[in-house]
Amino acid sequence: MNVKVGQAAEAPSFAKASRELLGNTQLRHNVRHATDMIRARRASVVAETPDWQQLRDSARAIKDHVLRHLEAYLEQFEAACTAAGGKVHWARDADEANRTVIDIIRSHGETEVIKVKTMTSDETRLNPALEAAGITPVETDLADLIIQLGADKPSHIVVPALHRNRAEIRRLFMEKMQLQDLGERAEDLAAAARRYLRERFLRVRVGFSGANFAIAESGSLCVVESEGNGRMCVTLPKVLISLVGIEKIVPTFGDLEVFLQLLARSATGERMNPYNSIWTGVTPGDGPEEFHVVLLDNGRTSVLADAESRSTLACIRCGACLNICPVYRQTGGHAYGSVYAGPIGAILTPQLQAMRHSRSLPYASTLCGACYEVCPVKIDIPEILLHLRNKVVRSRGAPLAEWLGMKAAARAFSGGGRLETAQKLVRIAQKPFVKDGVIERLPGMLAGWTRFRDLPEVPAESFRQWWAGRQRKDTQ
Amino acid sequence: MSAAKQEILERIRQASDAAADRAAEYAAIPRGYRREGSMSPEARLELFAARLHDYGASVYRCSATQIAGAVAQALTTRGRTVMVIPHGVPASWLPEGFEFAEDHGLSYAALDESNGVLTGCEAAVAFTGTIILRHGPGQARRAVTLVPDYHLCVVRAEQVVETLPEAIRRMEEFRRAPLTTISGPSATSDIEMTRVKGVHGPRTLDVVLVS
Repeated sequence: MNVKVGQAAEAPSFAKASRELLGNTQLRHNVRHATDMIRARRASVVAETPDWQQLRDSARAIKDHVLRHLEAYLEQFEAACTAAGGKVHWARDADEANRTVIDIIRSHGETEVIKVKTMTSDETRLNPALEAAGITPVETDLADLIIQLGADKPSHIVVPALHRNRAEIRRLFMEKMQLQDLGERAEDLAAAARRYLRERFLRVRVGFSGANFAIAESGSLCVVESEGNGRMCVTLPKVLISLVGIEKIVPTFGDLEVFLQLLARSATGERMNPYNSIWTGVTPGDGPEEFHVVLLDNGRTSVLADAESRSTLACIRCGACLNICPVYRQTGGHAYGSVYAGPIGAILTPQLQAMRHSRSLPYASTLCGACYEVCPVKIDIPEILLHLRNKVVRSRGAPLAEWLGMKAAARAFSGGGRLETAQKLVRIAQKPFVKDGVIERLPGMLAGWTRFRDLPEVPAESFRQWWAGRQRKDTQ
Repeated sequence: MSAAKQEILERIRQASDAAADRAAEYAAIPRGYRREGSMSPEARLELFAARLHDYGASVYRCSATQIAGAVAQALTTRGRTVMVIPHGVPASWLPEGFEFAEDHGLSYAALDESNGVLTGCEAAVAFTGTIILRHGPGQARRAVTLVPDYHLCVVRAEQVVETLPEAIRRMEEFRRAPLTTISGPSATSDIEMTRVKGVHGPRTLDVVLVS
């Protein structure tokens, strides 16, 4: 098995990548503007939903339940989908998934495929594989089209081109669509995309999608979208191929009543996204005549194997944790080196790769906990980040100095007297470094701490000393 | 069984703890969220209409005997004269002075060139302003409500429920049919998070609300 998560394995460390991106003020402005907008909208539609917390609780309980019974539910899904005229394929890793998709398209002698936004296909790097096989993928989601035409990379799981502003998109469209003239409003740009894609929707005979939910009981898939490009891709072509991660299962059709209420509000701040498509196998006289589902593992079973971080697989890809994250808002998505950016990417990307790559990502966080607060399926991302940091340290071993330092700290904190002695020593040791009450630069291995922040000086009196002094005064 | 399936399921088995009875565990999942609405019928319809307005759809309210009149009003306002209809649309919905072409496998090109489509629906949700199609009689196959640039949908008061869970229960028996939920006309927020109405799906959606 050869797990691939986009090009994450070759990406530079988060610290290195982010240092460069932080210098790009246009990008930071674009990211901040977009995330501010979504956050405000999300907050208002969540506030008007009186049972938000109950919905979160149920969603999480359903996902936990599915992960405990994943084998049975996957078998049930396959049986129901097959009975409805679908064909189910299984793919252990990215290459196997891509090969399966390519073989199906080739068996029909087709050389073009229309795609609705599927992060999973970015994960498997399907587009380069299709192109190498002589098949042209056409991205139809507006943001994905922007990414594809610009040979760019997605920077957000819901709004992948969020790092691009209107002027940049206008220039790109004029060049790539060979337009003499194009208006500057978002409406003009959307209209250009409509004209560009219309002919392709009506002509291309193979469609490709992911799925937001795969319903075990009925063997149905559900695709959540806004533009109608998803409906086009799953309805108009003769052949439809859907690539679905094995964690996308929900037990029954009825469970959609929970997830559909949470997803749009969390993702785009809408009460409901314009379109949801739900279909089961093949329906004579309506939609594709041939339907394939590729169930993808690509590292998901290794995430499942760790009980402490398994809940990562409960993610419904709403992106709320990205929009709220103080780190993501500064760096944007590209710093994460993965198709999955932000807090969820920081825990998902290294786990999918069995902690062999992307090991800097669990440190790409301040552990402030905002991501957990907004998560519609209550994934405790800060806890999992700590758990993964622990795994990283255990697997590589801590440097000797860090190990000794932590040992010493543990001893100092384990007794009141020892702590007081340590504080006294620090008060003496800090003297050469304190200037106006702050320490701007520390020497040696402590320098990392003060590279980006000041440290307040250790005060002359500790709380314990102050408390003891206060009591003495009281008794006098 | 394919080698891939065998290996994936084996890895899942190794990863999973010994699990309790699946059906009992599923039945015990807490569901403390709202599963029933509490509004009066009129308040529910008002909310539904308000939500549709928010999405930029026009709403024409009428009684059961006035549907054709409301349809005529909507079509006149939008300047549409030739509409596609699916089999199963009642003749009483169709006003004089307009042309209605029943869909018997119209090509995508023909749908693309049409003025629009008139359909009914299966259910609607007031809280989210959502219309649900199961693409049965009077609701058209999926392509017919998608390719034309204008969708006029007739919604009857008794089809409107307050909450999504109520609608999902109503749709349960049709869960294996192709289903489409529609909440306003197609839209995108992909450019600077500015909501733009009308991308690939029908750019205009109107609703005749019958009570």
